[in-house]
Amino acid sequence: MNYVEGEPIRDTKAPAGPIEERWEKRKFGAKLVNPANKRKLNVIVVGTGLAGGSAAATLGELGYNVKSFCYQDTPRRAHSIAAQGGINAAKNYRGDGDSIHRLFYDTVKGGDFRARESNVYRLAQVSVNIIDQAVAQGVPFAREYGGLLDTRSFGGAQVSRTFYARGQTGQQLLLGAYQALERQIAAGTVEMFTRHEMLDLIIADGRARGVIVRDMVTGEIERHVADAVVLATGGYGNVFFLSTNAKGCNTTAIWRAHERGAYFANPCYTQIHPTCIPVSGEYQSKLTLMSESLRNDGRVWVPLRKGDDRAPGAIPEDERDYYLERIYPAFGNLVPRDIASRAAKNVCDEGRGVGPGGLGVYLDFRDAIGRLGRDAVEKKYGNLFEMYERITGENPYDVPMRIYPAVHYTMGGLWVDYDLQSTIPGLFVIGEANFSDHGANRLGASALMQGLADGYFVLPTTIGDYLAAGPYGEVDEEAVAAAEIAVRSKIDRLLAVNGTRTPDSFHRELGKLMWEYCGMERTEESLRKALERIPELREEFWRDVKVSGTAEELNQVLEKAGRVADFFDLAELMCLDALVRTESCGGHFRAESQDADGEALRDDETFAHVSAWEYSPKGEPVLHKEALEYEYVKMTQRSYK
Amino acid sequence: MNLTLKVWRQSGPSDAGRMVTYRVEDVSPDMSFLEMLDVLNERLILEGDDPVAFDHDCREGICGMCGMVINGVAHGEQRATTTCQLHMRHFENGATITIEPWRAAPFPVVKDLVVDRSAFDRVIQAGGFVSVPAGSAPDAHSIPVRKEDADDAFDAATCIGCGACVAACPNGSASLFTAAKITHLSLLPQGQPERLSRAKAMVDQMDAEGFGGCTNTGECTAVCPKGIPLDTIAQMNSDYLKANAK
Repeated sequence: MNYVEGEPIRDTKAPAGPIEERWEKRKFGAKLVNPANKRKLNVIVVGTGLAGGSAAATLGELGYNVKSFCYQDTPRRAHSIAAQGGINAAKNYRGDGDSIHRLFYDTVKGGDFRARESNVYRLAQVSVNIIDQAVAQGVPFAREYGGLLDTRSFGGAQVSRTFYARGQTGQQLLLGAYQALERQIAAGTVEMFTRHEMLDLIIADGRARGVIVRDMVTGEIERHVADAVVLATGGYGNVFFLSTNAKGCNTTAIWRAHERGAYFANPCYTQIHPTCIPVSGEYQSKLTLMSESLRNDGRVWVPLRKGDDRAPGAIPEDERDYYLERIYPAFGNLVPRDIASRAAKNVCDEGRGVGPGGLGVYLDFRDAIGRLGRDAVEKKYGNLFEMYERITGENPYDVPMRIYPAVHYTMGGLWVDYDLQSTIPGLFVIGEANFSDHGANRLGASALMQGLADGYFVLPTTIGDYLAAGPYGEVDEEAVAAAEIAVRSKIDRLLAVNGTRTPDSFHRELGKLMWEYCGMERTEESLRKALERIPELREEFWRDVKVSGTAEELNQVLEKAGRVADFFDLAELMCLDALVRTESCGGHFRAESQDADGEALRDDETFAHVSAWEYSPKGEPVLHKEALEYEYVKMTQRSYK
Repeated sequence: MNLTLKVWRQSGPSDAGRMVTYRVEDVSPDMSFLEMLDVLNERLILEGDDPVAFDHDCREGICGMCGMVINGVAHGEQRATTTCQLHMRHFENGATITIEPWRAAPFPVVKDLVVDRSAFDRVIQAGGFVSVPAGSAPDAHSIPVRKEDADDAFDAATCIGCGACVAACPNGSASLFTAAKITHLSLLPQGQPERLSRAKAMVDQMDAEGFGGCTNTGECTAVCPKGIPLDTIAQMNSDYLKANAK
């Protein structure tokens, strides 16, 4: 796949001046819409996770006319619900030296100096308001006996700033946003469309003006127009088939927006989470994460000796290798995710992995149980231990957990400016769907923070500035019809193939290929192989896929086929992006670029930029670079030793 | 493992529906129940048959989307488990397994094992929230909350809205679902201002949706994947009575 280089992106719309004052400045500079006019302005929000749910609720509270869409049967099920460990905030309730600046610093460093400083600083500033908002909504965070909020430590930080609700923080925060959303639905400011999937974006006069959706129960294709569109449709980790994402998570909404003109930034930045339950067989349909918080008390190890197949309890202390503690004494088991994942891969590659196929390492609670007692460990992690036992049939109180890295999160996404607006005017992108805050690696407990920062606090202000120039008038009928025709013809094409392979079988094959060639370690050779193989597989898909049933009914095979078709195109761009970025950074590890210790080696001279890809129907994407400048954090080689 | 499945098939709301028997072979004990159904569906697609429609999403027991009545028990016989977390190692080789959708008048069947649970959203809309617009909250430490209250509120708040409680109840009551939210918010200081009006509005909406009354059979809590305690219903009734006495 070839590409061409286009004009660099020079303006991200971040105000100038001291970084502490930029968000205040932007808020004051953003035009306001008077309350009577807000009722006349329509906003579409796609997705109801932490970002989309909180955004739709807040826009409704402000008085806009909101339509909210989700593919699940109720907005409460979006995959934010599965986040376990916690949410970061620079409250410094512990007095342990935390501050907005330190959270900002940790996030920029954790992202391996590939995030935009202005955005990250704002995220750290807003983080404190999120905790206040969630508590006021009745989110039952963990508390101490004095009645104040408890916190814990998370990877990549040396302060305790992670607020949590047992192992179900995402669930409790999402239910808070869901309840706020349902309140607005009752108030009539938000109209909710469940079991509706966005299949195209309507562009008229160069602006995003609506969406084409499919009612997944009746199959009806519907048109919805508005003055602005917000995509909060999550990440694209399911391109790997096996990931910790929900089965329904997909790239269709953002990919369609990309095809319609929105730049796609850093598609190759994928986060591989170090602590997931290993694959158990060919039938495996998804992977389950074990919260990173477990690394607070669990110790990661493998046998010192290659091929040591004794039961873990029979391996004496001096024949165990607590490799994270050994290699990274300063951070130990709490190194950032990308580092922990690669270290696990390395020991398994050396033949020291445990469990079936040797693709696993131990996460051992023996010492924690000895130190704190079983009850205390159960109080902290009880539900996670139960989940582990349910899936594996093994009891982690008696035998160490077996874990292995799995695809978990995608830092890449649609390019947005400081206002979270994409390159298509009127199209805003929030949460995991955008690329903005985590650079090349996201720190634990920062996804919840970003989703809610975008939805409750940032977007509702910045979108006002765009809407203040509206309403944008009637939408050109031809533009709407064109989008609808594109959707219908794609569905017809999928149904017409009538081949011999299921959509899932193609998805599995694509996923395996991506894991092997564009997974934890990438090389020029592997990426070139992938770029050769993906188009062949895509061609086979369009020649041989079998979609049963019709378009006019609930048809889960058709839904799946449409999503897989888009994953092919995305996979290709991911590999191209990974090939062009010959440095290693964060979750993107190019084997050719490592230091003497095997750590990721950045090339700041060449790659201190965001790679924003413009779609080209001719098949030659255009690369636009946004230079990253670090005024407040000095770029250094990350060290957690 | 080789299994015989008797699965409820219903093409849509107007279809009467029927049980259909399928054989599945070479099932691994480490498969989840839904992965076993995936295997069946892959085969049905290739045979040109309509695969069995069922709801699922996170497949890690937290989103609440999946749910089937397995051998007569909501989410199957293993306690405190969602259907997606149920694994085949709990079944015998050669077993016959019946699989049906949630059955309750307020949960009409959409297709096969998929039901419409939007009644739950309307119960929440009636008052299952604290009215606090974004940006208006005081500092999180301004109101301390007793740890015991926070923990009890959390236990009630873990409801995943799957609807197993309704499917298991002989009366088709949604009391456990509704009580979980009422209890969660009534135990916290933030939930006090709207406490009684919330209880009244949510209970009235639950009744209006056509859910049955609670007669304390406790079937709901027995199948609840999150083990929501039965005494939340007492809390709900107490708040509801106080609201009506006002």
